[in-house]
Amino acid sequence: MLARFGVTVPRGEVAFSSQEAGEIARRLGGNIAVVKAQIHAGGRGKGGGVKIAKSADEAEQLAKQMIGMTLVTHQTGPEGRKVGRVLIEEGLQIERELYLSIVIDRASASPVIICSAAGGMDIEEVAAKEPEKILREQIDPGTGVIPFQARKLAFGMGLASGAANKLVKLLDSIYKAFIETDASMIEINPLILTKGGDLLALDAKVSFDDNALYRHPDLRDLRDLTEEDPLEVEASKFSLNYIRLEGNIGCMVNGAGLAMATMDIIKLAGGEPANFLDVGGGATAEQIKNAFRILMADRNVKAVLINIFGGILRCDVLAQGVIAAVRELGVRVPIVIRMEGTNVEEGKRLLRESGLNFTTADAMGEAAEKVVSLASGQ
Amino acid sequence: MQGLTGREGTFHAKAAAAYGTKVVGGVTPGKGGTTHEGWPIFNSVHDAVRETGATASVIFVPPPFAADAIMEATDAGIPLVVCITEGIPTRDMLKVMTFMEGKRTRLIGPNCPGIITAGQAKAGIIPGHICREGRIGIVSKSGTLTYEAIHQLSKQGMGQTTCIGIGGDPLIGTSFIDALRLFKDDNDTDAVIMIGEIGGTAEQDAAAYIAREFTKPVVGFIAGQTAPPGRRMGHAGAIIAGGQGTAAEKMDALTKAGVHVVKSPADMGARMREALG
Repeated sequence: MLARFGVTVPRGEVAFSSQEAGEIARRLGGNIAVVKAQIHAGGRGKGGGVKIAKSADEAEQLAKQMIGMTLVTHQTGPEGRKVGRVLIEEGLQIERELYLSIVIDRASASPVIICSAAGGMDIEEVAAKEPEKILREQIDPGTGVIPFQARKLAFGMGLASGAANKLVKLLDSIYKAFIETDASMIEINPLILTKGGDLLALDAKVSFDDNALYRHPDLRDLRDLTEEDPLEVEASKFSLNYIRLEGNIGCMVNGAGLAMATMDIIKLAGGEPANFLDVGGGATAEQIKNAFRILMADRNVKAVLINIFGGILRCDVLAQGVIAAVRELGVRVPIVIRMEGTNVEEGKRLLRESGLNFTTADAMGEAAEKVVSLASGQ
Repeated sequence: MQGLTGREGTFHAKAAAAYGTKVVGGVTPGKGGTTHEGWPIFNSVHDAVRETGATASVIFVPPPFAADAIMEATDAGIPLVVCITEGIPTRDMLKVMTFMEGKRTRLIGPNCPGIITAGQAKAGIIPGHICREGRIGIVSKSGTLTYEAIHQLSKQGMGQTTCIGIGGDPLIGTSFIDALRLFKDDNDTDAVIMIGEIGGTAEQDAAAYIAREFTKPVVGFIAGQTAPPGRRMGHAGAIIAGGQGTAAEKMDALTKAGVHVVKSPADMGARMREALG
């Protein structure tokens, strides 16, 4: 993707088998090839997902070890990610490793380029320990990157004038890629300076703006569903905002802020949320049922907390949806319902008269305490 | 109202009018000259302003067209534009923010519930019947947490002056600081509840402003204390990135600025009662 915008990258190809990896390494020629695990997470170098091969045979060997292994890095979480493919790249004579990224700076409402001479490993660590090594340049969306800004960054990283001019061109391309693909972040780490004086993006991580994917069908096709949680994929089909977590208390809430706050209050009460779930402001009975199905598919869930503040969503509609879902899906775990707002009395009456065993609560704190004690079997 | 003829636009135009807001008409390009539920519809915001003298616009148009709608309202010189739409691409908002620079329009949102002055008028979707008149201001990134705060205040026997939902997107028109400045100058507001969430540094910036020049009591809550890093929690802006934007750092900054920070979202109302003594 970056190469399409004129960003210089090493030659290389993706292999799905060790045999393919060997063939690619032979085709690339040269003495050294690099084998890189392709997963959607950073920190691969430390986790053993990037290895140097001194021959095509060794590249084949390394690919054999890597494909199918589970790679754990500080960004994958403890369960890690399974490696399905590897990238075989030409080896390069590296003079220096730099860091470069573009993100949107919220405070100034403009893109900002971040560079550092301390490229390679953990930029978060550099930022925490040696913040003076991080250079920032704010970009005016009207002009794009102005050459003097690129030179400022280049000289700040200690590059010679030849390389500085290459950075001018490179930043122009990267900025174009950032804007035209609706990226929310492009991070090149490391950006390498070769012994021959070239600047190449050796590795890159790009995040795209979900809200803009509708105008980039080619990017949408890059989504690798096998790398995502199956329940999250299922939830996204019903436009439910669901994120799976590690606890045992399922949550169903309307509004993202209230959903986060509900997770917080469960934790304060001594429990662990099993998920984040925002059913949205205008959820229908059908939507509630789908939400329940997804919640209950997580086997860790021992109790459910429903926290709804009915503004536009009426409490009686919610109650009907919950009752129907519990009956239809045969939900057996305890359910605590806290609802407030529009038509709350009617909603409570429906729950009471349903004959189902709901626990109700009037305040958020009370609801959290009840669900935590139910989840722990007390 | 831009997008008045749509389902949501119609619903909320009626609700706003019922609350006492003077709704004067709608804009839907191509439907100019018609009427909808008794309101005149115009092809452009410029036409609507010329014919009705509208001083505020609420935007209910779908995400791909919302940035255009905000810029049109700005160009027509409307002083207050409230954008409810959720899901506007950041790149579009980048254009909006550049376009609005130096112009006299205030934007609230996008991806927000809007603004309500209890007992008087509302521009947006905050349910009027849950509010009551009083002396507390609320500024929040989250809609339903705003309702929760209103409810807790009511239980404590306190009402609101104005509630402003500023929205949960990375790029927004009215910041916490902008809203706090308005509350500072509002003699009817005695104290403020401020509700933030993970992502960005707007809460830290607000903390610095409060320490510098805001003397009314502020009760603060930050949602997402238990959110995992790197995951977007519903709102486009709610993400902890590169160790930045955590709830802990925001709560710390606000506490140092003298804000009454509550850990539990259930304590906002009670803490306000305490703060006012």
